[in-house]
Amino acid sequence: MADQQDARPFVFSEEQRELRTAVRRFAADNADEQAVRRLMESDPGFDTKAWARLGSELGVLGLSVPEEQGGVGGTLVDQAVAVEELGATLYPGPVFGTVALAIPALVAASDGPVRSELLGPLVEGTRTAAVAVADRAGAFDPAAVTVQATRAGDDWTLSGTVERVVDAAAADDLLVAATGPDGVALFAVDATAGGVERTPLTTLDLTRRQATLRLADAPARLVAGPDEAERVIGHALVVGSALLAVEQVGASQHLLDLTVEYAKGRLQFGRPIGSFQAVKHRLADMLVDLEHARSAAYHAVWALGDGSDDPALAASIAQATCSEAFARIAADTIQLHGGIGFTWEYQAQLYYKRAITDAALLGSAEQHRARIARLVLDTASGDGAPAVATG
Amino acid sequence: MSTAADSSRVADAARKVVQEHDPTRVPTREFLAACFDAGLSWVHFPEGLGGLGVSRGLQSVADGILQDAGGPVPFALNPIGYGMAAPTLREHAQTDELKREWLRPLATTENIWCQLFSEPGAGSDLAGLATSAVRDGDEWVVNGQKVWTSLAHRARWALLLARTDPDAPKHKGLTYFVVDMQGPGVETRPLRQMTGQAEFNEVYLNDARIPDAHRLGAVGDGWRVAMTTLMNERSSIGASGSRRGTGTIADAVSLWASRPDLHTPVLEDRLTKLWLRAEAQRLTSERSRATATVGGPGPEGSVGKLVGAELNQQVYEFCMDLLGPEGILYDDYTMRDMERTDDWRGPLQQRFLRSRANTIEGGTSEVLRNILGERVLGLPGDLRADAGKPWKEIPRG
Repeated sequence: MADQQDARPFVFSEEQRELRTAVRRFAADNADEQAVRRLMESDPGFDTKAWARLGSELGVLGLSVPEEQGGVGGTLVDQAVAVEELGATLYPGPVFGTVALAIPALVAASDGPVRSELLGPLVEGTRTAAVAVADRAGAFDPAAVTVQATRAGDDWTLSGTVERVVDAAAADDLLVAATGPDGVALFAVDATAGGVERTPLTTLDLTRRQATLRLADAPARLVAGPDEAERVIGHALVVGSALLAVEQVGASQHLLDLTVEYAKGRLQFGRPIGSFQAVKHRLADMLVDLEHARSAAYHAVWALGDGSDDPALAASIAQATCSEAFARIAADTIQLHGGIGFTWEYQAQLYYKRAITDAALLGSAEQHRARIARLVLDTASGDGAPAVATG
Repeated sequence: MSTAADSSRVADAARKVVQEHDPTRVPTREFLAACFDAGLSWVHFPEGLGGLGVSRGLQSVADGILQDAGGPVPFALNPIGYGMAAPTLREHAQTDELKREWLRPLATTENIWCQLFSEPGAGSDLAGLATSAVRDGDEWVVNGQKVWTSLAHRARWALLLARTDPDAPKHKGLTYFVVDMQGPGVETRPLRQMTGQAEFNEVYLNDARIPDAHRLGAVGDGWRVAMTTLMNERSSIGASGSRRGTGTIADAVSLWASRPDLHTPVLEDRLTKLWLRAEAQRLTSERSRATATVGGPGPEGSVGKLVGAELNQQVYEFCMDLLGPEGILYDDYTMRDMERTDDWRGPLQQRFLRSRANTIEGGTSEVLRNILGERVLGLPGDLRADAGKPWKEIPRG
């Protein structure tokens, strides 16, 4: 059966609305603020049993995996709905490494035993993965690959270091880009194999962990050869950018709701602070930023699904818009809460750190704007420019 | 919800009009009359009143076919008529005969409409307006001054908001009328603006008489009726073109492309930010159209108006900064009426000056942020010094 298509851009189906409700309920039950705080200060940083339930019971870790690859044959929009809701609660778990990057990479790779073997457990949530590919502003750059691949018969070994790999410390599988005799290819490395050293890093955002990955003759299996690695990795980065954008939207919506409630209930000078225009207008601007971010993110997931826009441009529009919106909304959340917003005990700091982290992942807003300038301004025509009065 | 059947019904009707009244051959009014009679002027209106009784979202289906065949954009020819008068008349005119009598010539653009709302003493606080309407048998006698009335000099009819009960609190004492702009007691004077032109007018009402049949809604219910008009105004101002890169941002991008000698990295990022903002707003308008249910425009339309207005200003500020010393010249400050022809927006410097009005007209950005805060986010209102007071006791000036 062909994979489903989402009919109209921006319009969610009844099933997608039900999916949203189910994920929201799961996140509320398993990742309320107390749980998030407990997990971020423990190892491995997330609840592995709950993660497996997300995969097996809810089935939301590989929603866009085609049926013939063992998935449910949903769409990227389905996956985006789930990621948005997980983002709203800062759900602790390898959403970025596994759902946003590794699974899309494997789906894009040619069929083969390695892909089949890896994909099933990731979708089921029994194993997790991280992608060790240094991107340049959310795009793949073969020249930035820092790992060497060596072939011995049918076996491969990898050597080299990849800095700051998100979700790598707890991952079972590592997808690593490495340069071999015929060019850059994508490999799978079992994280427990010999020659694999992972050094956990203290991250700004404790709910999104990173590790430095050092490989010394680590055994590896080929996932995508030089003929398709660039396409496969490029696809994963574009899909990852779109999913990161909807995560930013989910978290931003949570912060706006939180701050509106606070502004209604917090009394100063004998009135709710939300009745002061200085506060109200800042909240109105947060609403506008959020609506723009939501439109840009949804456009990207729909366009990647139906091919209605240049994927690189749609992803850059989404990342440039959502990174900036989330960071500003998170900063304004702290400001509008006043002193409590700056404390460790209040949740605003967790979201602010996620906002700063997300903005830096897969390219900053500035880097994406630079790409948009290349794609849009450099190709623009001067025809139809308005006349300039000359006195 | 719109159905596929409704959609093909609209499309069939539009194709039939285009076939029988080729817009590239027949006069504009004849073409627009055919559109009205086929129910394509406002597809969500009832049959016989320029509509087909289908979802509002299907208007784009009709407009696409009609305009692809070379048909005019009727909103541009009669903006107050199409954008504000039509929805208000449809909902509040007293009889179907009057609705039809007003709507058909409105749709054909034979009758241009204007609105008499703002006054020198009532801008953002529109409900504080002072123009009075006093009942005299079957008629009302109107006295007062209105301002910022575009198209008053060409209009046949006007939407008027006037005070009928000065003893009531300000929102409760207003009544809504349709007034004959060519009747006695109505005087229109051009109002010169900072661009040098007179795009708007002042309208003086001296014992102008209105039949009671031309009242819209109940006596004292004018504010509620006016909300129909204003919500439509904001959403029509906020509705942007649906193709990427069109609208005001196209002026900046094409100017940029035509002047590579002036490029700097700082200016490039500034323009990219503007392009991105325009694109995010365009996608938001698309999303809002796609998810719109049946019914009128909501306060969300205020997002489009707010963003569009501020973006226009930033776009032209960018153009002026790009041009530097070349920009600080002008073409002609001779006062003249504005006719909305193809190049009515004039050269860049005129567009730049005109954009200052964008954040004032149709609801200031400050008022729009209040609307978003209070009606969309549900925040409490500000303290009001005039709450509950009879209008005549409220300090003015």
